[in-house]
Parts: sequence; C-alpha cells; structure tokens
Amino acid sequence: MNSVVLVTGICGGLAGRLARSLVADPTVDKVVGIDTVPPRRAVVGVKFVSADIRNPVLSQVLATEDVDTVVHLAVRPAAGRRYGRPSPPNESNLAGAMQLLAACQRAPAVRKLVLKSSTAVYGASPSDPAMFTEEMEPRRSPTGGFAKDCVEVEGYLRGLGRRRPDLLLTTLRLADLLSPTLDTPLGRYLRLPVAPTVLGHDPRFQVLHEDDAAAVLHRAVTHDIAGTYNVAADGILVLSQVLGRLGRPALPVPSSGLPALRPLGVELPDDMTRFLTYGRGVDTTALRTRFGYRTQHSSASTLDEFAGSVRTAATSRTAHGRVTAG
Amino acid sequence: MADSETGAPDVPTLLGPPDPARARSVATGHLGRALGSATRQLLGGDWPAKTAELLAVVRHRVSGDYEVDEFGFDPELTSHFLLAALRPVAHRWFRVEVRGVENIPADGGGLVVANRSGTIPVDALMTLLAVHDHAGRYLRMLGADLVFSLPFISPMARRSGATLACAEDAERMLAGGELVGVWPEGFKGTGKRYSKRYQLQPFGSGGIVSSALRTSAPIIPCSIVGAEESYPLIGNIPMLARLLGVPYVPITPTFPLLGPLGLVPLPSKWLIAFGEPIRTDTYPAGAADDAMLVLNLTDRLRETIQQTLHALLAQRERAFF
Repeated sequence: MNSVVLVTGICGGLAGRLARSLVADPTVDKVVGIDTVPPRRAVVGVKFVSADIRNPVLSQVLATEDVDTVVHLAVRPAAGRRYGRPSPPNESNLAGAMQLLAACQRAPAVRKLVLKSSTAVYGASPSDPAMFTEEMEPRRSPTGGFAKDCVEVEGYLRGLGRRRPDLLLTTLRLADLLSPTLDTPLGRYLRLPVAPTVLGHDPRFQVLHEDDAAAVLHRAVTHDIAGTYNVAADGILVLSQVLGRLGRPALPVPSSGLPALRPLGVELPDDMTRFLTYGRGVDTTALRTRFGYRTQHSSASTLDEFAGSVRTAATSRTAHGRVTAG
Repeated sequence: MADSETGAPDVPTLLGPPDPARARSVATGHLGRALGSATRQLLGGDWPAKTAELLAVVRHRVSGDYEVDEFGFDPELTSHFLLAALRPVAHRWFRVEVRGVENIPADGGGLVVANRSGTIPVDALMTLLAVHDHAGRYLRMLGADLVFSLPFISPMARRSGATLACAEDAERMLAGGELVGVWPEGFKGTGKRYSKRYQLQPFGSGGIVSSALRTSAPIIPCSIVGAEESYPLIGNIPMLARLLGVPYVPITPTFPLLGPLGLVPLPSKWLIAFGEPIRTDTYPAGAADDAMLVLNLTDRLRETIQQTLHALLAQRERAFF
C-alpha cells in the first residue's frame, strides 16, 4: 500500500535528508512538508506548505492531501541559537505537538505517527544505570529545556494512543547528532575554540550519524513497527577523549562556576550541564532486534568524520586569514 | 652507565689534594647509579622498553586514542597506571597474601562478594589487584551512587571498571560475562568503629543475590583481613559529614591529626581468601523473585564470609609486623 507522508519541521537539515530519501522511495506516493519558514534548499518532489503546525490549516492539509503517515520532527532544541543568547521558552514545541496530535486524532485517514524524540528524556544523574533501556524510567527527570519538551511530547503521544488505539505509534529516541553539515547542540559545543568542561567529571556519551538517523526515520515510515526505540551509534566515547581527538583544549570549570562564563558568550543550559557532568548511555538492543536496524556508523567513526570537518574549517580559516593579511 | 659500573671503584684517594671536578663526577656517578637501580626496581630489567610503553600510554591519553567499554572502563589506563601503582603497596606495605585463587572462574560471569572495611575503600583496590594478578581478570566493582557524584573520584571509578551498584548494571555486567565485585555492607561496613572490626554488617535485602540468580552467575565469597587495621576508625564527625553530604567523616589515630599524611594507611598484614563458588544455575527460573530463597542464600553467603574471616584472623599471627 503506497502512502502519503507529512513531515513537520521540514526546514531542518535531517528532515531535508529524510524527505529526499522518501521521494526516491517508490512505495511513497507523495511527501508533504510543513514548516514556518521555507527550507533553504527546496527538495524536488516535496509539496511544501508554509504554515505553523499550531495553525488550524493543518487539519485541512491532512484531509486534502489524504495523509496517512505523519512524521513529527518539529520538536527542536532552541533552533539555530548560538551559546551566548538565552534560549526562549520553547512553547512552540509543546503547543505545536498538542495541535498536531489533536488534528491527527480527528483525521480518519491517518494511520501512523512517527515521533522524533531524544535520549535526553532519560536525564542525567549520578544514580543512572550505565545503559538505559527503553523501559527504564529516568532517575532524575529533566527539569527544563529540550529534554523536558521531549518528555512532555512523548506523554502527549501516549495519550493519543489511548484515545485512538488503531493508530500505529513509533517513538524514536535519538542520541545527539554529530555531523559536519548539520547544526546540532553537541556540534556547536564541540566547535567552541575552548570547550568548558565540568571540573572533575568526564561524561560518557554516544553520538549518532545523520545517515543512520535518516535511515531509521525512513524505516519507521516504510515499515510498520510500533513502540519506542533508542537510536544511537555503537560504542561509547568519553568527553576528554573526544576533545583529545578533536585537538580542542578543555577549560575545566567547577559546575557552580559555569554561569560565570555567560559574559564570554558561552551558555550551557541546565540539561546540557547535567549531561556534561554525568553523561548518559542508552542500550540499542531493541533497535537491532525488534526494529530491525543496525547503525552503519560507530560513535568513533562519526566523531572522526566530524573531526575532519573541524580541522578543514580551521585550516581554511587560517588560509583565509593569510590571504586577507597579505 | 655500564662503563662507570665496570670502572675503578670510587675509593677516596689519599694521594694529592682533592679534585673538585672529580668529586662532582663521583657524586653524579653515585646519583646516576642510584637512579638507575631505582628505575630497575620499579620497572624491572627492561626499563627503557617499559618507559617507552608508558610514554605511549600518556600520548594516547592526550590524543584520545584509546577505547572504553560501555561502562567507561579503560583497560589501558587501569593496567598501566592504577594497577602498577597499587602493586608495590600490596607487596611491600600490606604484604597481601591471596588464597583460593582457583575458586575464581577463568571465564564467564561471576559475582565476588566481599566484606567491606577500612574507612576508605582500599580493600576494593587490593581485591582488584589480587584478581588481576592471580586470575588474569579485571574485577568490575559496583559502587554507591555517592562515588559517581564526586568530582575526580567518579571518572576514575568508571575508568577502573566500576559502575553503579544497581540491579540493571549488575545484571548487564554478569550477563556480559564479567567478573563483578560487590561489597554489600556498603557504608555500614566502612563506617563502623574499630571495636566492631570483622563483624559483618547486614547485607541489605539481597538484591545482589537476586541478580546472580537471574543471570545464573556463580557467587564467590571473598574474605578480606587487614583493611580494618589500616584505617582504624575511632570516631566520626557527624555534623561535618552532614555538611559535606558524605556518610561519615572518619577520625583515625592519624587523621585528621596529621592532616593529609593521616590518609596514609597503617601497614597492616593483609589476607584475601576466595571461597568455594556457590552455584546459582541449579535453581529453577523465577528463583530470583523467591524472597525466601534469596534471603536464605544471602544468609549462607554472609555466614561463609564471617567464618572465613574468623579462621583467617586466627591464622594471622600479628596485625602489623
């Protein structure tokens, strides 16, 4: 059965990749993208609707396009914001998700919903198990920011599942994306000339390659696999090791002293500080067995690719500097 | 180096006035020989190769060119620095004697359960070294969540192979075929007075035994004698402990009297004995949820360790020299 897919937050880099691969997929008839701003690079074959998902026009789009699969990618960290500016409360994440899910509930043609969530829902604390499986509850729930938004939106989705048990719901908890081209919170942090770290702590974490993220989302659209799945690359990295491989100097600061870096243009949100203190690992057994996907890139190779782009950027900057100086 | 050793012995000559340049060279020669022999003592005969190896490890630290497992265990750092630093302490200072090494399984999951003592958990480090040097395996220790909230301690604990003492992590490690070490008395064991030495404190609700049952891992009782005397706890400062958010602030004969020097453990004589493994794979599925069985096994285990402690104490002639 061929499907019509609606992708929210289409202007995001990952959404663009997903849209391209869906357009190329013969089992997908039509891809509709919705976002508040048009994508920088239009994807051929994607019908773009310029609207906020909080707008009632969404219900009309669902009905007129006969959408049967909705991919919700519009839950985003404070988008495109550099460290240094305070992130505004991201009401659009919550209100947007609420409106979208309400519209889906009323649209009889919709049969599947794929939500992109984050492993940030597990929080970060000293009493965390080494590897979170999907069934485990956070030891200390996230208190704010993007992590909290994800927790809330996952809750809305479960609520929708109770009201419309016929819907097929897939929640994908993605680890931090690290990519030479996409702008992600972890990438922004690791691109800082000097990385502030929490004194006396060295967190473990996993990353995710954009290829794998896009492939997992694609598979969730084309296959009917309900449930919640952690998505992360194989292998664990330690922050000091990552900074060593990137050749980035670390600036250890006591955790209470991190706010003092604000005037220097470095602001770490609370959930990022906790992540940089205690780290996090997620188990991906369910992704391999029940979801049926094996990530192609390990944490280490994803980091290598990113490190390559960071080094090229650095050399081109110096080269550029020399030209202008000469 | 070799020349100066085979050269003429440096006897002070009675003929002629003392030559300052020669005296200097003699002093340098002595110093060089002393340094050489110290390096040989520490690193063994092939010290140039060993030094190069150590430098390679340091370089890996700086460039991030090493691997850690999912619990954050860093075997390279542990074997080259931590264990290398512990070895002289174990051999020269505590004169650790290890018994019952044949009871440590050569491969597959296993749970080493030991008594906790000695104010500062040096006993865990000595057991880590004993297991590594005698059985060729890394003991993966389970630690309280306090350990993982403390700066500096927490990354070091993960790198040495430890993880949080919770059922999820214990079972993940056991199922992964690791040899897991646990001290179920926890802070009740380390924070007890010297007068209560070698008296096992309660083992909690037996959660760790359930984990062993769930993963069919054998339980190896381990009795450690010597740690109690290395830091005899004679008092506690509860007010300060509450202020610092730690379970206790110890007072020992040397701490806080001698300041940081008081943290040097007393040179007690140590015995570590591994007992016969208790099999858990003979029980039916679901045995882990049988509270009666779990409590019985826990009691049996506790009794075994306590009796071995008494036997070892009787064998050890003197606590110090």
